[in-house]
Amino acid sequence: MPARLKKAGLPYLLLLPGLGFLAVFFLVPLVIMWIESLKTGTIDTGFTLTWEFSNYTDALSDYNEQFLRSFEYAGLATLFALLIGYPLAYVIAFRGGRWRNALLLAVIVPFFVTYLLRTISWETILSDDGLVLDVLRGIGIVSENGRLLDTTVSVVAGITYNYLPFMILPLYASLERIDGRLLEAGYDLYGRRRDVFLRVTLPLSMPGVVAGTLLTFIPAAGDFINAELLGTPRQYMIGNVIQSRYLEVADYPTAAALSFLLMAFMLIIVLIWARIAGTEALLGTEGERR
Amino acid sequence: MSASLRVRPSRPPRARRARRALDWLLNAYAGLALLYLLIPILVILVFSFNNPQGRFNFIWQEFSLDAWKDPFGVPGIGDALLTSLEIAVLATLVATILGTLTALALVRYEFSGRAPINFFIFIPLASPEVVLGAALLSLFLNAGTPALGFATILIAHIMFCLSFVVITVRSRLIGFDRSLEEAAQDLGATPWETFRLVTLPLIMPGVVSAALLAFALSIDDFVITFFNSGSTITFPVFIWGAVRVAVPPQIYVIGSMIFLFTLAMMLLTVWQQRRAERMAAVLPEPEGA
Repeated sequence: MPARLKKAGLPYLLLLPGLGFLAVFFLVPLVIMWIESLKTGTIDTGFTLTWEFSNYTDALSDYNEQFLRSFEYAGLATLFALLIGYPLAYVIAFRGGRWRNALLLAVIVPFFVTYLLRTISWETILSDDGLVLDVLRGIGIVSENGRLLDTTVSVVAGITYNYLPFMILPLYASLERIDGRLLEAGYDLYGRRRDVFLRVTLPLSMPGVVAGTLLTFIPAAGDFINAELLGTPRQYMIGNVIQSRYLEVADYPTAAALSFLLMAFMLIIVLIWARIAGTEALLGTEGERR
Repeated sequence: MSASLRVRPSRPPRARRARRALDWLLNAYAGLALLYLLIPILVILVFSFNNPQGRFNFIWQEFSLDAWKDPFGVPGIGDALLTSLEIAVLATLVATILGTLTALALVRYEFSGRAPINFFIFIPLASPEVVLGAALLSLFLNAGTPALGFATILIAHIMFCLSFVVITVRSRLIGFDRSLEEAAQDLGATPWETFRLVTLPLIMPGVVSAALLAFALSIDDFVITFFNSGSTITFPVFIWGAVRVAVPPQIYVIGSMIFLFTLAMMLLTVWQQRRAERMAAVLPEPEGA
């Protein structure tokens, strides 16, 4: 084989195992699920492909409440994560000093504990005999027989908590990259702190904001664990429906259609963000050989 | 230093005091945010020493070492942990190898189709876990093989770890100094020798962090596993089953063990990488340094 041809083939050879795996176990399953979503039947009679596109409209009208709730909870959680995470990332990036790495470690420490256990821990904290509820009752924010667990508050708090590191890490990465001389220049030009923040720091950290909100919103909207453990069926999100349609009711066509609708909404959101932010910030591919 | 040269009118003391108050407020806020992140972890560690009344370890009773002395005292919990570990090790191994090769191809070579491939690798990260789990289940149910269980969980874990590995290794490769490889080839090294003796040692820190990440993701995963586990029980699936029936302190103990183990591994790699970087003078400057 001539050397040039060999060299041209090498990257494809390196790509083959990884991409092949993703093709068979990510792409093909999506295609099969799409076909599944157009079938009719029950688990007893078997499912037949009838190109039943009404599965989609039926699923949407039957579960639009859970869809809306998913986006509402995920939106709220993303907002709270941004409000909690931005100041923390800012302090670590600009004032962390030699504690920077230790503080960053503290941010990712929750990941070292199993997701379900983290959520159960919140169940303990917010429980009816827990300390938080006692304090809130004492201050009078929550009425004498009011609860925290099994409410919208507990579900949104749990989702915010579980995805907070996904918000903080990209925020930190973009804040840390800001050239300190730009801020100095701002101050030298008699910019007040607020002006320097609003006109220099904030715009330069936008890639982090975009990546962080996306990394928080997407898993949050598909989550079903927080609603299950910290809520009641009144807090159920679309993930709960997909899970029970698939694994408990075995209504595969509806579950598949719901999965596709969720995926489609996500892709639309990602593409809108990509339009706003530029794909490079999103995919993290800046600096590659061109 | 420019600081001494800079001439700026000094601010009136009141403005300075207000600024200091704002500084203090910001730090306090960040401290509270950190507390929010750490309190649930603290609760788990503390409640692993609880001696609960009844089946649920939700209310503090008294300090006890019982659960730590007998962490596998709950039927099935040891097997579940073992299954989780086996899957995590195997999935990490396969995903790290496949992902590193993919990352190498993406950063080192110019070829057509790189942009769509980058996007293709990104999509699994941008997909909700329920969708990934449900899609894989559709495949396994339709294909009829392999039967749901260890093998299907393993496949699922390799699948979702792969993209994370590619992205982690790729970010390390981007700051890579190619002249070192060219030097090796000029000195007569074959491509394979160049890879083994120059490229691999240099990208090793990235590969190790990717492997650690894959391990942590795998051992933690519940959603995708739950869809594809059949009757095989991993540690998270065990917890899910327990939640409705009983939450014994042993679950907190094993959770704490995994936590402490991952933390130790993390600190060890950071320490080792620092040492290696201090020793290797030829290492290229990391990005942004």
